[in-house]
Amino acid sequence: MNLTLILFIVLAAVAVASAAGLLISRNTVYAALFLVLNFATVAVFYLLLGAPFIALAQVTIYAGAIMVLFLFVIMLLGSEKLPKGQVLLWQRPVAIVLAALLLGEGGFLLFQRLRMTANLANPEASVNTTEALRTLGMTLFNQYLLPFEVTSVLLLVAMVGVIVLTKKEKGESG
Amino acid sequence: MVQTIPLSWYLAISMVLFAMGTLGVLIRRNPLIIFMSIELMLNAANLAFVAFARSFDVLTGQIFVFFVMTVSAAEVAVGLALIIIIFRNKHSIDVDLMNSLKG
Repeated sequence: MNLTLILFIVLAAVAVASAAGLLISRNTVYAALFLVLNFATVAVFYLLLGAPFIALAQVTIYAGAIMVLFLFVIMLLGSEKLPKGQVLLWQRPVAIVLAALLLGEGGFLLFQRLRMTANLANPEASVNTTEALRTLGMTLFNQYLLPFEVTSVLLLVAMVGVIVLTKKEKGESG
Repeated sequence: MVQTIPLSWYLAISMVLFAMGTLGVLIRRNPLIIFMSIELMLNAANLAFVAFARSFDVLTGQIFVFFVMTVSAAEVAVGLALIIIIFRNKHSIDVDLMNSLKG
């Protein structure tokens, strides 16, 4: 047992527990905060994997921007607690069985196929250095320049689309 | 001295998170929570991407994760706008009530 292993196990426990909290919490705000915790732990996983840029992007984009948007909408709609409507009785057991099936299938594939390549390549070379970040930036802006620009168009389209969607029609009340 | 964690452990975590996200989409009826579960699944996929990128020592996985993050930001903006419109029309956002295409 060394430090990395302990850190990994603690992080894994926190990630799974916060995901479970997201699933079972009755209050939408608590669910959103559990998801923020989950995003933060995944960001630390990225740091462990030697991807500092992705880790910081995770914190700023996911835990920052997206979750603030979520909380904003939750507060705007006032839907912290939803009234319980009629529940489909068979829905929950069937969903649990299906999710367990997915998990079992994935686990089967993981332990069947990946037993051979189950180790990470060269541990401490070429990660967590400014040189690695420089390489990432050069790759992003040379080899993947066109997808990067297309991304900006996508964000613009999303922004315009949201404004058009939520704009009230002329003469519409409410 | 840093011991590396095997790739399969990261994949196992990613798989568990993805399955929990699926469960969330299936059992919850609040569209906001369903959206959050979808984000959880995207995150699990991103974790697998980064783990594989590290395993094969290529940067492409990290760049793809960056693109996935951007696309999911756009998706969340549009989805939340749709939820707001539905709330404005029906004064409730329970997905069980969304059973008609018009009005």
